[in-house]
Amino acid sequence: MNAKPRALLILDVLSALLLAAATYLALIYAPLEAVMGAVQRVFYFHVASAWIGMLGFLAAGVAGIAYLRTQNLRWDIVEVAAVEISLVFFFIAIVLGSIWARPVWNTWWTWDPRLTTAAITELIYIAYLMLRQGIEDPNRRARFGAVYTLVGAVSVPITFMAIRLFRTIHPVVIGSQSAEAQGGFNMTADMKVAFFFALFAFTVIFADLLWNRIRLGHLAQEVEQRKLKVMQ
Amino acid sequence: MDDLPIEKSGPSPFARFLRAIAAVVWKDLAAEFRSRELLSAMLVFSLLVILIFNFALELNVKERRDVTSGVLWATFAFAGTLGLNRSMAVEKDRGCLDGLLLAPVDRAAIYFGKALSNLAFMLIVEAVVLPVYSVLYNVNLFRPGLLMVILLGSVGYIAVGTLLSTMSVQTRTREILLPILLFPVVIPILIAAVKASGGYLNNLGMEEILPWLNLLIAYDVIFTAIAFMVFDYVVEE
Repeated sequence: MNAKPRALLILDVLSALLLAAATYLALIYAPLEAVMGAVQRVFYFHVASAWIGMLGFLAAGVAGIAYLRTQNLRWDIVEVAAVEISLVFFFIAIVLGSIWARPVWNTWWTWDPRLTTAAITELIYIAYLMLRQGIEDPNRRARFGAVYTLVGAVSVPITFMAIRLFRTIHPVVIGSQSAEAQGGFNMTADMKVAFFFALFAFTVIFADLLWNRIRLGHLAQEVEQRKLKVMQ
Repeated sequence: MDDLPIEKSGPSPFARFLRAIAAVVWKDLAAEFRSRELLSAMLVFSLLVILIFNFALELNVKERRDVTSGVLWATFAFAGTLGLNRSMAVEKDRGCLDGLLLAPVDRAAIYFGKALSNLAFMLIVEAVVLPVYSVLYNVNLFRPGLLMVILLGSVGYIAVGTLLSTMSVQTRTREILLPILLFPVVIPILIAAVKASGGYLNNLGMEEILPWLNLLIAYDVIFTAIAFMVFDYVVEE
């Protein structure tokens, strides 16, 4: 348990290499966008971070349901790991998006469905962590956490739909584009390479972070158990 | 557990379930009408919120039309957390919750009982706030459509709120935690309710209001079902 598994070490190194390669592709390899200029390069990591945020969100929801069904604390550890990663990556996506939106939309922030939903997901996850902090009994903490992730996982898509009934200005680069969207563009082949590579690299990084965080969770659990033994 | 021999005889399981719900509601209402702690606090608080909005927003005739539904729902949401907190805190403080859980009834009956009494308190507060607001700001809020929106919105708010307040009273931070847990997940209710109420107040056509009504109904159904399914987990010892 204590030694880091070799596969995880390899995944760590691979993630670092992929991140470096994705950075190169996004900042140097991809061509300069004609209208927006250099700030468009934010796009590659922005979408990739949001993608990780979504993956973490889904993983947390699945782990929450699995915990409620099995009452196995291992799912609780997965859930916390996924929530923490999702929290950090949605934050990165929001910050990168704001950097892009300032010159393109002429504002740091707008109450668009995607932006608002990402912000609300952040608030739900902060509330989740606060909820866990206030409970000492590990089983109750896990139960309450799983119930709250489930409630959050159902309410966030409804929130998205609700705000979508308003108009949106967020561009949809992949798939259909609404007429009101501002700042959209068509990707050239080189851009697509950089974009899909960034998505791939971030997915691997997600797996790596999740694995590391789950391992940390198990170690923390072990420490807690040993502490209890010493006290007895 | 449900197959205790004593319970085999007597009324059908569903009738027993309804009787258990009624008993929980009756207990809450009786306790409240003797002390009137909760209702008076919620009422005074909502009137104060309206007063604060009056100065914060300069509610003149022109602006009022656009912000009335927002002011109303902000008031209900804030007063609602007050009521939810108090209603669960009295159960926890005096050990009543343990007593309720020991009773040989389905846990879901306890949930529905608490939710119904919370809903009753919220509707009473709303029933007082509406005429006061109507008089103070000279708008007629007694329109059937608006009342229906208020009922639908309150049902969804209370369905989630009762579940989350049951969790928050069992944590260390208690009262502070409930709004933080509750507000981000009831945002769909608030958006839809504000939009639908605004639609009725501004006499918009049904085709503009209907999507929001559908959203409210869907939210109510989904979250009542979820709370019903997971309530066991939040009261388990």
